[in-house]
Amino acid sequence: MNEVAEVDAPEKRVEQLERVVIRFAGDSGDGMQLTGDRFTSEAAQLGNDISTLPNFPAEIRAPAGTLPGVSSFQVHFADYDILTPGDAPNVLVAMNPAALKANLADLPAGADIIVNTDEFTRRNLAKVGYAASPLEDDSLAGYAVHPVALTSMTVAALADTGVAKKDAERAKNMFALGLLSWMYSRPYESTLRFLEQKFAKRPELVAANTAAFRAGWNFGETTEDFAVRYEVKPARMRPGTYRNITGNAALALGVVAAGVRSGLPVFLGAYPITPASDVLHELSKHKRFGITTMQAEDEIAAVGAALGASYGGALGVTTTSGPGVALKSETISLAVALELPLVVIDVQRAGPSTGMPTKTEQADLNLALYGRHGEAPVAVIAPRSPSDCFHAAIEAARIALTYRTPVILLSDNYVANGSEPWLLPDVTELPDLHVPFADAPNGEDGRFLPYLRDPQTLARPWAVPGTPGLEHRIGGLEKADKTGDISYDPANHDFMVRIRAERIAAIPVPDIEVEDPDDNARVLVLGWGSTYGPIGAACRALRQRSLPIAQAHLRHLNPMPANLGAVLAAYDKVVIPEMNLGQLAREIRARYLIDAIPFNQVSGLPFTAATLENMLEDVVKNG
Amino acid sequence: MASPAIPAGRTPLKLTAKDFKSDQEVRWCPGCGDYAILAAVQQFMPELGIPRENIVFVSGIGCSSRFPYYMNTYGMHSIHGRAPAIATGLSSSRPDLSVWVVTGDGDALSIGGNHLIHALRRNVNVKILLFNNRIYGLTKGQYSPTSEIGKITKSTPAGSADSPFNPLSLALGAEASFVARTIDSDRKHLQSVLRAAAEHHGSAFVEIYQNCNIFNDGAFELLKDASSRDDHLIRLEQGQPITFGADGRYSVVHPEGSFGLQVREGGEAIVHDATVDDPAYAFALSRLSGSDLSTTPIGVFRNVPRPTYDEIVQKQLLDARAQATGTPDEMLSGLLNTGDTWTIL
Repeated sequence: MNEVAEVDAPEKRVEQLERVVIRFAGDSGDGMQLTGDRFTSEAAQLGNDISTLPNFPAEIRAPAGTLPGVSSFQVHFADYDILTPGDAPNVLVAMNPAALKANLADLPAGADIIVNTDEFTRRNLAKVGYAASPLEDDSLAGYAVHPVALTSMTVAALADTGVAKKDAERAKNMFALGLLSWMYSRPYESTLRFLEQKFAKRPELVAANTAAFRAGWNFGETTEDFAVRYEVKPARMRPGTYRNITGNAALALGVVAAGVRSGLPVFLGAYPITPASDVLHELSKHKRFGITTMQAEDEIAAVGAALGASYGGALGVTTTSGPGVALKSETISLAVALELPLVVIDVQRAGPSTGMPTKTEQADLNLALYGRHGEAPVAVIAPRSPSDCFHAAIEAARIALTYRTPVILLSDNYVANGSEPWLLPDVTELPDLHVPFADAPNGEDGRFLPYLRDPQTLARPWAVPGTPGLEHRIGGLEKADKTGDISYDPANHDFMVRIRAERIAAIPVPDIEVEDPDDNARVLVLGWGSTYGPIGAACRALRQRSLPIAQAHLRHLNPMPANLGAVLAAYDKVVIPEMNLGQLAREIRARYLIDAIPFNQVSGLPFTAATLENMLEDVVKNG
Repeated sequence: MASPAIPAGRTPLKLTAKDFKSDQEVRWCPGCGDYAILAAVQQFMPELGIPRENIVFVSGIGCSSRFPYYMNTYGMHSIHGRAPAIATGLSSSRPDLSVWVVTGDGDALSIGGNHLIHALRRNVNVKILLFNNRIYGLTKGQYSPTSEIGKITKSTPAGSADSPFNPLSLALGAEASFVARTIDSDRKHLQSVLRAAAEHHGSAFVEIYQNCNIFNDGAFELLKDASSRDDHLIRLEQGQPITFGADGRYSVVHPEGSFGLQVREGGEAIVHDATVDDPAYAFALSRLSGSDLSTTPIGVFRNVPRPTYDEIVQKQLLDARAQATGTPDEMLSGLLNTGDTWTIL
């Protein structure tokens, strides 16, 4: 680190911390997502456990300096394994008055606030309704405020580089990153490498951003305002190679892996929609794996094309969010009738209708379980964390291919854009997803029976066009058992409806596991999807206070694990926190006649661990 | 890449119309024009020399969309309006197949209008047969998007207020690379158009006037009846002057200063050329026929080469694969290990 630390400065005190939560906040154009992302990468390189939460407006560029335009990125890093991006930031980096105002309420007393004083102009203050500068009255008395002239110091530092003033000003986020990297003793080599790659075609910007970063670092080293440097030691993590990964990136890689491990071409039909589009973007880069991505004319065409490709022997996948699932509903029902593999990825967002496209919610569970006409059951699974999206995508493909059924994968905005370290798997140990195509007649007299089922899986043969002798017709009209001929026979329809239900219900899924370290809990908290982290953190906090609580988390929402009923019945109370109005709770009540206690939040934000801890404490103590 | 429709160097197959008949009982109304089209297609298919297993018929919903059940090929009877989308996924991922879409005026132009235009603009290598009877048959007699304005039906007792689509104008607006029209009752003409469609590399859009004898009987009688057809039906022949009527007394001309084509008695008939690149010519031809059918061209309006969606998609895959090295597992392992990684011992 002597590259930038060659300044004549007094030795600073170094304090050890177990964990820190930093929130970078600024205008949408200030580069806060990038800044947070780079800081996260530095923390990961050091070996901390990390968890991140980006929070940005749906508008691409809301008016500069306004509250709706504030974009933030929160990173939690620690010397032990953590489950959430943190409830409350220890440090807020506020690039303008709007960023301060929008985030202040989340800060605990005593938190550090680093403000860019250059932006605290009368005009900018007025934009967000500050009558006087909060830096000049005592409204921030309860915090450790560090006023830093970020913009002007960046511009001054870059005076000799020859870049335009505008470009120099834009590099202020790197100044902030340099300062924070110094404060928390981060290794920064990866950031310098990153800048070289990002601006490879504009060397002057590499120089400018690097100089801004170093200026920020050196400022920390020399200014008296920052008397202390902090260290957060590496976390003890399982040996192996890691990378930081978002849920959407992990989903895309999981789909690539499913293609590789099945030996099938992958066909992704998608229509851009927040927050799922990044899966399309990522998969479109991986054609060398035999992955076709089609940006269709609409959501319906996207799933239709995917189903058409599945019919032709590909792994058909479609990615969307709630409004898109609604449009795809009819085609998913067709896939139920055709009994073909189809993976439908729903990255949930706050609804109904357009709702809040960049905010999170888990309110599409009913849609996934029941949102189709007729009796049209499908398999439903949900990842619990960003890295788990990789394995969930493979599992969705495995079920779709093995049982020839649509599978709905319910991710959400929280896991999609959040990130965490991912222990890279040994590729050869990933599941083998090869399934055989039908290649010969299966009936008497050499006839092909497209709806003759495998006795084990109840799946019908996957006979793809191009296979001689197996020519057959399938369609949405009810089919006779075995032959697949059109049938209006009442008994046949009753049978087919039941067998379609049975074949989904009979898919074997792993038993649900219960985490109850002392084996003495009387209260079980049951979650699904992205609430895993906050629930887990709340349970740990309770146990540390000697309040026993058991945690179980559902990955398979249809079918549910065979042992779930017995698990639920073993506890006095079952609490189900969800980011909806109780969709899983209602399901559990209906299926298992358990008097589950719903706990619901639909604010567009994930639960904080503290919220859940308070609620669960009440249940544990008061029943 | 060779078109799957006309494979080169394949051993000639000795298939007959019978080979293309499935074992399913045909359930259209007696007298329906669909029977004639089915028979014509089954009789024509052996000409293609394509094994049955490499042919797929995809349909939507409606009377015409039952078609795949009766063809002894692969087939999918899908959902209302979506056949072009499903066929796009199938065709672009399986360029070895010959994919046909069978649809109707409601299926293709009403509920599925969006998918139709996008399949055509992409130039997906599918052959789209639109059976146009200007009425909703399967839902028992409501007006369709090709019904004439003022049409009195079950749902429009005071007459339809909707202006109809001209299906060929619509297809040409989407820059379809092959556009044709034919009639159910003229087997020879129907098969000649199918042949040209099959030989075309890319989307082929074929409108087939089809009689619904239950709900809209005689809709195209003007073009079928021996006493009237010669004065109303314009047969387009490549390289031939466009004339019709007894002794060719009517000509299709391009009057000076006019944007379009007109029918004149006498005058210098223009010579038909479906390969004109500018779609304006075929569009002008398509405008000759209004709702009253009084001057209705049939035949191939447009037949131009244009890169197909399937080809471009497949080329991108092949180019990407050509640069890849290692086994799929090795490639995957490399991909997962991309970017900033760190190792904990």
